[in-house]
Amino acid sequence: MTATGDAVVQDDGAARPQPFWRLAWLHGRLGFVETVRIPIAVIGNLLFPALALLFFVVPLPQVASDPVAATAAVAQLGTFAVMSTCLFSFGAGVSEDRQRPFDPYLRTLPAGPGPRLTGRVLNGLLWCYLALVPVVLVGWLLTAARLTPTQALWSLVLVVAAAVPFLLLGLAIGYRLTSKAAIPVVQAVLFPLAFAGGLFMPPEAFPRWLDVLSQGLPSRAVRDLVVQMTTGTEAYALALPVLLGWTALFATLAVLAYRADEGRRFR
Amino acid sequence: MVSRTTDEPVVELTGVTRRFGAVVALDDVSLTVRPGELVGLLGPNGAGKTTLLSLVSGLRKPDAGTVRLFGGDPRSASSRLGLGTTPQETGLPDTLRVAEVVQLVAGHYRDPMPLEEVLTRFGLTDLARRQTGGLSGGQKRRLAVALALVGRPRLVLLDEPTTGLDVEARHVLWQAMRDYHADGATVLLTSHYLQEIEELAQRVVVVGQGRVLGDGDLGAVLALVSRRRILLTVPPSARGVVEAVPGVEGVQSQPHGDDERLTLLAADADQVVRTLVAQQVPFRDLEVRGASLEEAFLTLTAGADELADDHAGSPAGAGR
Repeated sequence: MTATGDAVVQDDGAARPQPFWRLAWLHGRLGFVETVRIPIAVIGNLLFPALALLFFVVPLPQVASDPVAATAAVAQLGTFAVMSTCLFSFGAGVSEDRQRPFDPYLRTLPAGPGPRLTGRVLNGLLWCYLALVPVVLVGWLLTAARLTPTQALWSLVLVVAAAVPFLLLGLAIGYRLTSKAAIPVVQAVLFPLAFAGGLFMPPEAFPRWLDVLSQGLPSRAVRDLVVQMTTGTEAYALALPVLLGWTALFATLAVLAYRADEGRRFR
Repeated sequence: MVSRTTDEPVVELTGVTRRFGAVVALDDVSLTVRPGELVGLLGPNGAGKTTLLSLVSGLRKPDAGTVRLFGGDPRSASSRLGLGTTPQETGLPDTLRVAEVVQLVAGHYRDPMPLEEVLTRFGLTDLARRQTGGLSGGQKRRLAVALALVGRPRLVLLDEPTTGLDVEARHVLWQAMRDYHADGATVLLTSHYLQEIEELAQRVVVVGQGRVLGDGDLGAVLALVSRRRILLTVPPSARGVVEAVPGVEGVQSQPHGDDERLTLLAADADQVVRTLVAQQVPFRDLEVRGASLEEAFLTLTAGADELADDHAGSPAGAGR
């Protein structure tokens, strides 16, 4: 260990923090590496929708061999995969990170909270796409589900739109609760929302009252929009306004939770 | 932007108060650190050292007063370009490798140290591909301090950098910090550990109960905080005489048969014992031990007002 004399940057008066996207990419990339090294956290999320398809749809010839019904089933479970990834990675993930002393340390680096959050969003979206791979493969190989190339491209775009409301809800949970509370809350939100939104069973099988209730839920709105895109079955008229309303609400909750957390820990 | 002179303070706190609920962590603290200084903040746990660092690193805002980092607001990212801090060693991301954590931090700076150099400085070269969760406590500590230096900061903040380390690991880290300071950096470190401050700091700021109790060069502050503990047994009638001996700062008493066992704190124990003998105090079972820093702080805090006015001087009764 020798004193080199030039180890210290003596004047960075004119320097600025590193470019936003470069830092966001750095956080996103290492966030991905961090997650992928705990395979158990990844595998459950990746396999559950594909297993549900395999056990509950593939054995039923009247669904599996009907292109429209099969495509809708894959779309529903794909929506579930996106929703579940977002709620877990942003709800449970953010609340865990907040409890680690590494989080305040990162705040002392020359960057605002933006790049880290953006990196987290990029990482979350990538996991959404990865979670779709098994369910789409099962649907493509073992059922009559089919997409035209145009529909397939649009579906890729739609993943982002479907992710946004649940990502915001996840952030609201993650910044509001401790990780001990966040995981059960995520589960308590995820499964009822998925079931009542018609992600496990198509809404055509619902009793009338549940079908009406369901149309007010964000999961149902996303599901119907995704199904419309992939099969051409028209969504109910209010699907888009309902989805936008919930997105605005979740965005507000996420911002409030973030501010409250910052106020508690960093004021 | 304000023109930079070489002597512009690196850190400047003016009248800073910071409360946590009813607890006053910092009470009207002013402190200026200039380029190239190696300052030790010394104080018992709960004195406000960590709070002070969190204000300098922009994690928190003061309730009153101002905090300047390189002349700017530490809460803005560009003020922190020349700042390096350490994470708590328990907080490293378990699944990332050593080299990846270094890259994550290095990516925030314009001209970071090359990975090789950082790893070499801290003896981490062989561990570069190890996940941080698999490192020993000492290795994590070294990595944490390495992260503080990777951006070649002009100011390094180190919060209790070697707590819990064995002697050898401690010396390796101390040397690394001395080297980096010799390269021209300013270092502000906290410790509740007198030896660490003695080894590293040139200037020492003593903090207790949220206030600056003393600020001076190492020797002056050591005289201020080094205390001996004198234990002796005397008949109850002699207690008043003992308490009146010049240089005795704190007296605690426990019944001991018909007599009392007294514990005295004093800066110059030899002088106190000489006086006790000269005054023919009928003591027995005399013991003299080094007092802990905590004990020294208690006496300091008790006389805080007096000391803050005359910080570089000796406490009353310490001299001859």
